[in-house]
Amino acid sequence: MWEWSPLRDWVSGIITPYWTYPFLLIVQTLIVVTCLILTMAFYTLAERKVIGWIQARRGPNRIGGLLIPGLAQPFADVVKLMFKEIIIPADANGFLFRLAPFLALVPSLAIWAVIPFAPEHAFANIDAGLLYILAMTSMGVYGVILAGWAANSKYAFLGAMRSAAQIVAYEIAMGFAMVGVLMAAGSLNVGEIIRAQQGLFGWNWTWLFPMLMVYFISGVAETNRAPFDVAEGESEIVAGFHVDYSGMAFALFFIAEYVNMILISALTVIFFFGGWLSPFDGWLPADSWLAAPGFFWFGLKTLVPMFSFLWLRATFPRYRYDQIMRLGWKALIPVTLVWLLVEGFMVYFQVGPWKGHL
Amino acid sequence: MFPTLLFYFFAGTLIAAALGVILARNPVYSALLLVLCFFNSAVIWLLLDAEFLGIVLVLVYVGAVMVLFLFVVMMLDVNLEELRKGLASYWPLAVAVAGFVVFAMINVIMVKHLGGMSMRTAPPLAVNYSNTRELGTALFTQYSYPAQIAAVILLVASVAAIVLTLRRRTGGKPQDIAKQVAVRAKDRVRIVKMASEKRQ
Repeated sequence: MWEWSPLRDWVSGIITPYWTYPFLLIVQTLIVVTCLILTMAFYTLAERKVIGWIQARRGPNRIGGLLIPGLAQPFADVVKLMFKEIIIPADANGFLFRLAPFLALVPSLAIWAVIPFAPEHAFANIDAGLLYILAMTSMGVYGVILAGWAANSKYAFLGAMRSAAQIVAYEIAMGFAMVGVLMAAGSLNVGEIIRAQQGLFGWNWTWLFPMLMVYFISGVAETNRAPFDVAEGESEIVAGFHVDYSGMAFALFFIAEYVNMILISALTVIFFFGGWLSPFDGWLPADSWLAAPGFFWFGLKTLVPMFSFLWLRATFPRYRYDQIMRLGWKALIPVTLVWLLVEGFMVYFQVGPWKGHL
Repeated sequence: MFPTLLFYFFAGTLIAAALGVILARNPVYSALLLVLCFFNSAVIWLLLDAEFLGIVLVLVYVGAVMVLFLFVVMMLDVNLEELRKGLASYWPLAVAVAGFVVFAMINVIMVKHLGGMSMRTAPPLAVNYSNTRELGTALFTQYSYPAQIAAVILLVASVAAIVLTLRRRTGGKPQDIAKQVAVRAKDRVRIVKMASEKRQ
């Protein structure tokens, strides 16, 4: 991944050069995963705080001392979940019941391998990065289905069915939105997709605005978040597919869901808001630090969709199941199809960002 | 050396998983082992620098097809005893089919004059070789019409499947969502102005 020379020099001094690269990769993976989990932990706090403020409440405000009341709430939650017993229902399929949380978590972490955090800073700069992202997102559904089935409970199974049907349906709209992005970039490589977007108004969100909307809505639906959270509609099916999970087994589903939310936010930024590019690029002199691309901009921009997730949850009532299917199949997919056609014409006649493209 | 080791590992897992698909007693396990099969063949494709094919295999088969398979297997209460009844009388046919497939495969791989390639290492690929680009170029230039025809056939098949299974139940009470969406507040709610009353 990145050439972090002090670490590399130190490592190559104590182990043979052959093992330096794998060792560095493992260390960097650990760093990124730790940062992700920490972000996720504070994201849960942010969710409770933000929704609290929107609903004129305080949110968690007990644990965390004087600086920011409630700041240590995520750690208290972790400790609570860790000391809970993991209960496996008597008639459950024990093996699949234990396997399902991992199948939910692993794909959501594996996708980060191709995410460029800053220019040239991605674990794997692969040619078919976009396809890899799609393939890995579609893997996440196995955790949900198996959890629902293995628990041997009607509620869990209903939740799993709803969630899986929803994920499969919205994946199509999401895939089409990504096709729009790759048509704009002319590449499946995530780094190339970012580099193809030039200047604040040349980022994909201007020309692909319908795709942006479809992508983000499908992203919300894919992560089973409100207002698309019928999979865990607590008034109907208690908690959906993870109703029988407790303790850390439940926490793994929880982590997977929040990491997926962060991921969808990051991907929205990469596909439509120029990833690590600076919004002042071209407006300010090129040597100014504000105009320089980097992780700073990527992180800052990612926070906006992340906030929108919470905002949506606090604002909209839950969709009914048939309405979700209608929105996915009859609204979002036609929008993407029409816009793909429009985009095709724009590419052909070399309008807008496609000037001199062919 | 290392890629060869990887190949044997994944090929071995692939064969073991494929055996598991037909030997597992629980159909859900069979479906999951089939997922493992697809995954291992995808990895073998990746080892052969065919990254597009490998990832698309995972995307289409693991991500969509097998999910629906699992759905069906979980929803239906498959009676295994019933299915296993005819096993003994079918096995000569099964062996014959399997033998023919093995024979055909050997022919394709080994025999040169049948158009088969001999077992040799492939020529090294260029540094900037992109499997995705090569496939795209071939698909949209040389094989443009076959690709279009295949797409139309698939479309017809999916429409046909929907039409065949579509049945309207009489006496159901489906909701017309378009009507529900079009509803305005003044159709449903009547605001009445009332003077406040004194407490009794």
